[in-house]
Amino acid sequence: MAVESKTQSRSAALETATAAAGGSEPTARRTVGDVSVPNPVMTCRQVNVHYGDKHAIRDVSLDVAHNEVIAMIGPSGCGKSTLLRCLNRLNDTIPTAVVTGTITLDGQDIYERRQDVVQLRARVGMVFQKPNPFPKSVYENVAYGPRIHGLAADRTELDEIVQTSLQRAGLWEEVKDRLDQPGTALSGGQQQRLCIARTIAVGPEVILMDEPCSALDPIATARIEDLIDELRQNYAICIVTHSMQQAARVSQRTAYFHLGDLIEVGSTDMIFTNPKHRLTEGYITGRFG
Amino acid sequence: MQTSTLILALLVLTAIAYQLGRARSLRVAGGPRGARKLHSLPAYYGLLTAIWCSLPALVVVLGWQALEDRIIAGQVVQSMGGGVQELAPGELSLVLNDVRNVVAGNVKPDAVAPEIATAALRWQRLDGLSRTSAAVLALCVALAGGWITLSRIKPTMRARNRVEQIVRVALMGCSLIAILTTIGIVLSVLYESLQFFRFVPVTEFIFGTQWSPQLAIRADQVGSSGAFGAVPLFAGTLLISFIAMAIAVPVGLFSAIYLAEYASRGFRAVTKPMLEVLAGIPTVVYGFFAALTVAPLLRGVGERLGLEVASESALAAGLVMGIMIIPFVSSLADDMITAVPQSMRDGSYGLGATRSETIRKVVLPAALPGIVGGVLLAVSRAIGETMIVVMAAGLSANLTANPLEAVTTVTVQIVTLLVGDQEFDSPKTLAAFALGLVLFLVTLLLNVIALKVVRRYREQYE
Ligand SMILES: Nc1ncnc2c1ncn2[C@@H]1O[C@H](COP(=O)(O)OP(=O)(O)OP(=O)(O)O)[C@@H](O)[C@H]1O
Ligand SMILES: [Mg+2]
Repeated sequence: MAVESKTQSRSAALETATAAAGGSEPTARRTVGDVSVPNPVMTCRQVNVHYGDKHAIRDVSLDVAHNEVIAMIGPSGCGKSTLLRCLNRLNDTIPTAVVTGTITLDGQDIYERRQDVVQLRARVGMVFQKPNPFPKSVYENVAYGPRIHGLAADRTELDEIVQTSLQRAGLWEEVKDRLDQPGTALSGGQQQRLCIARTIAVGPEVILMDEPCSALDPIATARIEDLIDELRQNYAICIVTHSMQQAARVSQRTAYFHLGDLIEVGSTDMIFTNPKHRLTEGYITGRFG
Repeated sequence: MQTSTLILALLVLTAIAYQLGRARSLRVAGGPRGARKLHSLPAYYGLLTAIWCSLPALVVVLGWQALEDRIIAGQVVQSMGGGVQELAPGELSLVLNDVRNVVAGNVKPDAVAPEIATAALRWQRLDGLSRTSAAVLALCVALAGGWITLSRIKPTMRARNRVEQIVRVALMGCSLIAILTTIGIVLSVLYESLQFFRFVPVTEFIFGTQWSPQLAIRADQVGSSGAFGAVPLFAGTLLISFIAMAIAVPVGLFSAIYLAEYASRGFRAVTKPMLEVLAGIPTVVYGFFAALTVAPLLRGVGERLGLEVASESALAAGLVMGIMIIPFVSSLADDMITAVPQSMRDGSYGLGATRSETIRKVVLPAALPGIVGGVLLAVSRAIGETMIVVMAAGLSANLTANPLEAVTTVTVQIVTLLVGDQEFDSPKTLAAFALGLVLFLVTLLLNVIALKVVRRYREQYE
């Protein structure tokens, strides 16, 4: 496959870039740091996304490891959401979006023709920037996924799934007495946790979170960060965030994007204490550019 | 002076007043560079002058026109002497008609009685006088209005606020026209219906199952006692509306779902305008399509199946009406479906739902209240529809649930009751008003429910 041979030459280029990173000033459009990990759940190689004429993501390669939280940061419009939506093929719903490159889940190419999109999305769940509970009851919101995937044999099993999901999302105590009330009647923070409960009820292997706390107060944010930390025991999590502190608190690795390019990847500690690329440094120290 | 000339003159005056007002505002402000010192833009001063120049004059002209005829008639009658004045109102109006005919030149003055001819002459003179005085008065008022406004223009005058106030009053007047007309129609229908219920008890009208609105002309006539039970009409209306909705709701809804969720952009671009064309076909065209194409077709099919199909049937009318309503349902449903936020769909897809699961379990339930509202509006359209039913469903008031028979509807009966020469105080014509009243109440109720449902839906995502 043409793409794969390109991938190889690309990784060779990456290695040189990484090797050069310590010495001279790294050039733009070359990712600094090691994009690959020893035990990846998902891998992206040379992913490009076009929205019509707009080239939103350029040659991005990145791995997501098991039991890891990877934070994606970068200025607005740099393509973080776009990359995230590639990982569960939610970009398929945008008619103008064209995705090229290779993305794998457990070694399987997810853009392959044989790939069942529905199954993929059950394995790679997503929590959106704006809470979007369905206009149904709290119970039905959480039961929606298990129902369509036939995860529960009977009502008691379903009840159990709903309860554990809500408990893990830290929402159970607040809603256990009003499971039949509309999910849209909850507060913003509760709605976001409801959406998280809804996602984990399906039992995905990877959870994508697109700025999950952007609409929340510090207390709700802290709860969700605790939850992310806990979820890491079982899942791999990609989180997009505009808050450096949040990235520093919850993630083990951080990827910095700039105008569609993946500029730098590395352990969170290293990115925040000792960024290699001047763009990364500029962004995290707040003097952008 | 002719009224049209007068109006033209007023228009010219208004235009001049605008220019003068504008120019004066600039002058009092001290030249073109002084516009800043004015409270409002110069154009507002011009507008205000123009309004005060034209509006009162127009009121004078219109008021004069409204009263003119009556005053002249009064004068003429008085001049004709005691004999005429004491005539009964009906006879008096006959005499006046003669006079008018002579005045209009339809009848030669020597072909009528001499008194009439004299009266006609007098009428003509008075008419000329009245027109001249109207013109003079109107022009005076216009000049006075314009002049007074002009003389009051000062930099501190709040011309914009005044113009806006006048415009607001005018806008309110327009909305009042719509409201008052509605109230007037309702009241007149109500009044005539009450007249009707003096002849026929309400209970008989609402619960009676016989409808034959012919009345006996002679007391001993047989078979025309007149029965005013409206049940068969409402049954017919319901039957046809039901058939129509049974076609329109599924087809409209599914086409909306297809257009909103599945269709490619190109297909949508072609299909939506075509559906809207369907909505633009006049109902009378649908009517003869139903009567001349669909009804014979149904009859043919029925014959082959061994069914008795009347040449005018509820089915034919209902089918065609259903087709007529499809674009109504589909465009409303399409709006409601596209109004469901993309984030709902993304949420569902993100959980691994298929497209059809997403539509069935998330999109449709979210859009349902809106769709129900649209369907209710469509029902009230179906109930009020007349032309198709007149042409395709027949006139016989059968009380039947068999769609293959001829039935009749409320609207059709209203039409047949009122066409032709009628006395306006017979129960037969009054029955039309009672039917109209009930129809109005039913559609009003449906519309209110529909609006409520739609409004509740609107609040949901905010
Ligand atoms: N549906 C779309 N159609 C066309 N262009 C799009 C679409 N979605 C995103 N883009 C463009 O792609 C680029 C990346 O957008 P994306 O939403 O991924 O940015 P982001 O990094 O998530 O920004 P933010 O932090 O503001 O959410 C932007 O320039 C945006 O204008
Ligand atoms: Mg984004």
